[in-house]
Amino acid sequence: MKISRRTLLGATAAGAVVPWARPARAADGVVRIGVLNDQSGPYRDVSGLNSVACVRQALQDYGAATRGMTVEVLSADHQNKPDVGAGIARQWFDRDGVDMIIDVPTSSVGLAVASVCREKNRAYINVGAGTAELTGKQCAPTTIHWAYDTWMLAHSTGGATVKAGGDTWYFLTADYVFGHDLERQTTGFVTAAGGKVLGHSTYPFPSTTDFSSFLLQAQATGAKVLGLANAGADTVNSIKQAHEFGLTDKTRIAALLMFITDVHALGLATAQGLVLTESFYWNMNEKTRAFAMRIKDKTPNNMPNMVQAGCYAGTIHYLKAVADMGVAAAKASGAATIARMKAMPTEDDAFGTCHIREDGRVLVPAYLFEVKSPSESKEPWDYYKLLVTTPGAEAFRPLADGNCPLIHA
Amino acid sequence: MRGQRNTQIIAFLILIALVIAAPGMLYPVFVMKVLCFALFASAFNLLIGYVGLLSFGHAAFFGLGAYATAWTAKNWGLTPEIAILLGGVSGAALGTVFGWLAIRRQGLYFAMITLALAQMVYFFCVEAPFTGGEDGIQQVPRGKLFGVFSLANDMSIYWLVAVIFLAGFFLLNRVVHSPFGQVLKAIRENEPRATSLGYRTDSYKLIAFILSTFIAGIAGGTKSLVFGIATLTDVHWSMSGEVVLMTLLGGLGTIFGPVMGALVVTTMENYLAPFGAWVTVTQGLIFIACVLAFRRGIIGEIGAKLKLAL
Repeated sequence: MKISRRTLLGATAAGAVVPWARPARAADGVVRIGVLNDQSGPYRDVSGLNSVACVRQALQDYGAATRGMTVEVLSADHQNKPDVGAGIARQWFDRDGVDMIIDVPTSSVGLAVASVCREKNRAYINVGAGTAELTGKQCAPTTIHWAYDTWMLAHSTGGATVKAGGDTWYFLTADYVFGHDLERQTTGFVTAAGGKVLGHSTYPFPSTTDFSSFLLQAQATGAKVLGLANAGADTVNSIKQAHEFGLTDKTRIAALLMFITDVHALGLATAQGLVLTESFYWNMNEKTRAFAMRIKDKTPNNMPNMVQAGCYAGTIHYLKAVADMGVAAAKASGAATIARMKAMPTEDDAFGTCHIREDGRVLVPAYLFEVKSPSESKEPWDYYKLLVTTPGAEAFRPLADGNCPLIHA
Repeated sequence: MRGQRNTQIIAFLILIALVIAAPGMLYPVFVMKVLCFALFASAFNLLIGYVGLLSFGHAAFFGLGAYATAWTAKNWGLTPEIAILLGGVSGAALGTVFGWLAIRRQGLYFAMITLALAQMVYFFCVEAPFTGGEDGIQQVPRGKLFGVFSLANDMSIYWLVAVIFLAGFFLLNRVVHSPFGQVLKAIRENEPRATSLGYRTDSYKLIAFILSTFIAGIAGGTKSLVFGIATLTDVHWSMSGEVVLMTLLGGLGTIFGPVMGALVVTTMENYLAPFGAWVTVTQGLIFIACVLAFRRGIIGEIGAKLKLAL
């Protein structure tokens, strides 16, 4: 009897663990790309499966197969939990032989994965996370940051909106570090450009859903621009309510973190007149349109936003660097691959030709857009009017202000 | 009674053997995560399973432990064992205050008070400068054990985690089977009767609460060293919910239940990750199946089948 109990307990436990034991595979000449992002939570439309589709499109457009390069794409949902993200990254490197991780929205997860990549010497292209820390104090020789960061958004939306006539501001700020940072940075750019901030309201984060009293305060100041220093569902809610209060008749709303996918979710009737910054718009020129048409059938629910386009561009550039230095050398050192990527100018349909700075920042141009009204929109996803373009060299935080240790060393 | 103890010992031996063998079969970082959560769930189980107190705010102690360990290891350069101990102490310190307030009420009110206090901790962590807000505390060094042995290698830190887990687990087991544990169970079964027998039930409950929060802080601190991060996830209420689910799934009031529950929940979180949105759906379905089919939890059902107290 005792033996059968023992066997039962042992067998149950052993049976539970055995199927997952996998041999490590590292040096087999296959380049493996891991797309790590949110596939079930608040950022699934911003990144999610469309990012995976964009990475696959990049393999096809680059012609990895015809060039004799074997590339595998893995993807996983980090559930916006840093420990889950860091755990998957470790496992990918140690067990599955992944050479590069791309996307990784949510700043906390993005930073956590950055330190794993640095530790394991594997290439890391962050596209989805907003934090400028990735190329600032926490920069790493293995990190490249594509598409956008909070500094660039605040700079473009703050500075360029003032130039476009919106010179008095009122802020609606989520009361936590991210909201305060965004407000502080944007205020800096607004005043530097000659604008004035008339006031601000902070609201408890998370779980504030009623913004009416804050919106009325904003209305009473008569500010020309209402700056939304928040993200995600809060932004969407505050825009909807501002619209219902008729605030949008006199005031322009500047969303400091918003993507075309959010505009699509809101609908043009509500979102019209909104100003926001992205570094990619599918209807920008011949090349972006061609890219959008190629990817359209693979992402049936959404056109790519700047994050997803960044995954495309990042993968293409990575593959170019790998081809340039040889698969074996690229697999051996992530830092060397990233260094090679920094040495080559980027060239792709989504962002055109850009340069990657030593701290890992990709200097893509920042575009300030205004959302069209329903009558101006001529076809599905025809949402943006270009207001101001900030060239890549000026769009991001100057190298000296980032305090990236790589630069001083 | 003697047979009972023998099977317990055999079960413990199997557990130790599994802990030793696991990193050979499975990915060590994953096993460490399971062990940290297993310790956390065991600490939680001490309260709900043996005192009958449903604390719905245990993430506060787990998270504070993680922050305390991460911050001291990173900024003061403390050695891992002291940093983890500090994590436990800060968990216990917070637990003393919260426990002192919360044990005055019972049942649902107790759960609500702990939840409310834990939410206050969450908001504190969102706002406080030292936690790094959204970004959390990143790049926490694993350091050198006793200032001598480097833990940078996954396997070396694994043995530390294994020792911490087993020590915490045996401590809890010892507590449950001690005379003190008998009183706790008496309080769970019938508090007025325990009072009438002359026990100061409030003191017993408070001590159990502090002990549980101490272990929760240790578990949080260990996890923050393994992953090198401490973030808001650790203090969020969903973490409190997760530990409730682990304990229920494994088996309430069983010694091995929370360990099994932690294994199942963490495995789902980890190995379902490639399936994207299906993670939450599958988790939901499994929970429904468990609640309908195994009321006593996995280990509880096995124990009932074999007529064993596992």
